[in-house]
Amino acid sequence: METNGHEHVIEVTDLRRVYGGGFEAVRGISFSVRRGEIFALLGTNGAGKTSTVELLEGLARPAGGRVRVLGHDPYADRAAVRPRTGVMLQEGGFPSELTVAETARMWAGCVSGARPPAEVLALVGLEAKAGTRVKQLSGGQRRRLDLALALLGDPEVLFLDEPSTGLDAEGRRATWELVSALRDGGTTVLLTTHYLEEAENLADRLAIMHEGRIATTGTPAEVTAAEPSRISFELPDGYFVGDLPPLGELGVTGHETDGRIVRLRTHELQRSATGLLMWAAQARVELRRLDVRSASLEEAFLGIAKDASGQQAMGMTTKEYAA
Amino acid sequence: MSATHTTPRPAATTTPVSRMTALARAELTLLGRTRGALFAALFVPLVMPVSVRAASEDMDLAGAGLSTGTLVLPAAVGFSLLFAVYSVLVGAFVVRREELVLKRLRTGELRDVEILAGTSLPAVLTGLAQCLLLVVGCAVLMDLSAPSAPHLVVLGLLLGLVMSAALAAATASFTRTGESAQVTPMPLLMVSMIGSGMFAPLELFPDRVASVLELLPLTPVITLVRGGWTGDLSAYEALGALATAMAWILIAVFAVRRWFRWEPRR
Repeated sequence: METNGHEHVIEVTDLRRVYGGGFEAVRGISFSVRRGEIFALLGTNGAGKTSTVELLEGLARPAGGRVRVLGHDPYADRAAVRPRTGVMLQEGGFPSELTVAETARMWAGCVSGARPPAEVLALVGLEAKAGTRVKQLSGGQRRRLDLALALLGDPEVLFLDEPSTGLDAEGRRATWELVSALRDGGTTVLLTTHYLEEAENLADRLAIMHEGRIATTGTPAEVTAAEPSRISFELPDGYFVGDLPPLGELGVTGHETDGRIVRLRTHELQRSATGLLMWAAQARVELRRLDVRSASLEEAFLGIAKDASGQQAMGMTTKEYAA
Repeated sequence: MSATHTTPRPAATTTPVSRMTALARAELTLLGRTRGALFAALFVPLVMPVSVRAASEDMDLAGAGLSTGTLVLPAAVGFSLLFAVYSVLVGAFVVRREELVLKRLRTGELRDVEILAGTSLPAVLTGLAQCLLLVVGCAVLMDLSAPSAPHLVVLGLLLGLVMSAALAAATASFTRTGESAQVTPMPLLMVSMIGSGMFAPLELFPDRVASVLELLPLTPVITLVRGGWTGDLSAYEALGALATAMAWILIAVFAVRRWFRWEPRR
C-alpha cells in the first residue's frame, strides 16, 4: 500500500505480541496514524505500550497481525524504513563513558542525512553539556539527549517512548513545544505516555491501552465526550440515597455510594446539577464536599483502569439506570 | 527550542563502511577508557610468552623439530588473540547489551552484522597490531630466521582474529551480566592455553590425545602460524587446519544467529 500526501503513515492491523514465556503483551490491536499527526498511546505501566512501539520500530517480529510504516514492514524491510524514522527508546542506550558530543557524533555517523550534532544538541538545550560523560547526566538530560539523537536524521516518522518521563515541568513543556513544532513541520509522531496531561496537550488522536488491548480511541475530545461527567457530594446527616429526587429524571445515568459519599454520572451535567442543587435548596441542606466536574481524559483513563480491576470494592455499591 | 534548520546540508546516505567506522571510533574511545580491560589486553600477551619460554626449558623441543622461538612465537599470537581480542570483546558485547546500547543501535540503519563488526573492530585491530609487534619481537629476540611460508602465518593470523571476535559474540550469547563476563571466557582461555599447543606443542602429547586437541578452536591458528614459520606443514595439514578454523567460525556464527540477545533479560 502506497503512502503519500494524507495517507496513513503507520498502519497496524490486529497486531499481537507474545513473549518467550507465553505472556501475551499485545492482544490484537488496530489503529492508523496519518501523516503529520501526533498519535499518543496512553496507558498504565504494563498496558502494552512499549511492546507495541517496539513492533512499529521493527525491533521484533509480531506474533500475529500486520504493521506497515511508510508502506513497509519495519521488521522485514528494515533498510527501507530506518533511514526515514527516528526512535527514542524508553531507556537510554548510550555507553556511559562517552561524552554527549562523542555520543552524538557516533550516532550521526550512522544516520543518513544527519544534521550537525551540535545543532540537535542545541535544539534540546544540551549544548553546554557537550563535554560531559553520559553517566554524569541527570535522568532528564539523558532523555533530552535521546530526543536529540532521534531528531538527527530529520525523520519523517518519530517514535517517542515516554519522552518526558524524568523531566521537570520546564523540560516537559520544552519537549512538548519541540514535538508540536516538528508536527507542524510535517513530522508524524507516535508517542507513548502515562501522563494524561501530555496526551491532552500534544496528541491529535490517542488510544488508551489496557492489558494489551485498545480500550478506546479517538481525538482527546471524542474520547472525553464518551465519558460521563461526575457529581459527588456527602449525604447530609439523616438522609439516605432514597431521599434524593429520582435520579433518572435528572439525567443521571448511574450512581455509586462509598460510605456517606455519593457519586453520580451524567451526560447532561447542567440538568443533573441544577436538579440536585434545587433539591438541596428546597430541603435546606448543605451538600458538603460537593464536586462537579466535566468529563476529562483522566476520567476516561481511570474509568478504564477501574472497569478492569473490578469496581466492587468493599463498602461500595453501584447502580446503573437503564437509558 | 526551535525545530527549524540553521545549516543547509547534503542528503548524505550512510554506507555499511561509514556506519561501522562511526561505531568503531566510539568503541575505540571506550576501550581507551576502560582501564582494567585495556591493561589486561595490552600487558598479559606481552608477559605470558616469557613464562612459556621458562616452561619450554624442560621440554624436548628439538625432538619435535622445534626451537624455543617456534614455540614462543605462535604462543604469543595465541595470548594476544585470547586476551586482547576474545576476552575484551566478550566484555564489550555484554556491557553494551546491559547498557541497552545494542538495542539502541538496532533502532537505526546499522544492520545486525554491522553492529557486531563495528563493535569488534578496535579490539581486532589492537590484536592485529599486538600480534605483529610480538611476532617481530620474538623473531628478533630469539634469533628466528624469516618464516618459510609467510602466507600461512598471515592466513593463521586472519583466521584467528575473525574466530576470536566470532567466538566472543557467541560466548556473550551465554553471558548474562558484566560480572559473569569475567568468568565465561575462562573455559576457552584455559583449554586453549593447555590444549592448543601454546604452552606445549601437540607433538609432545600422545597421538590419540593430540588428534583430539587438533580440533580445538585455537589449535589450527597456532598450527598455521608455527607451520608457516618452520615450513614443516604439508599442504594436507594446512588444509586440515584451515577447515577446522572455518568450522569453528561457522559454529560461532550459527550460535550468534541462533542465541545472541540484543537486550538484557528482564
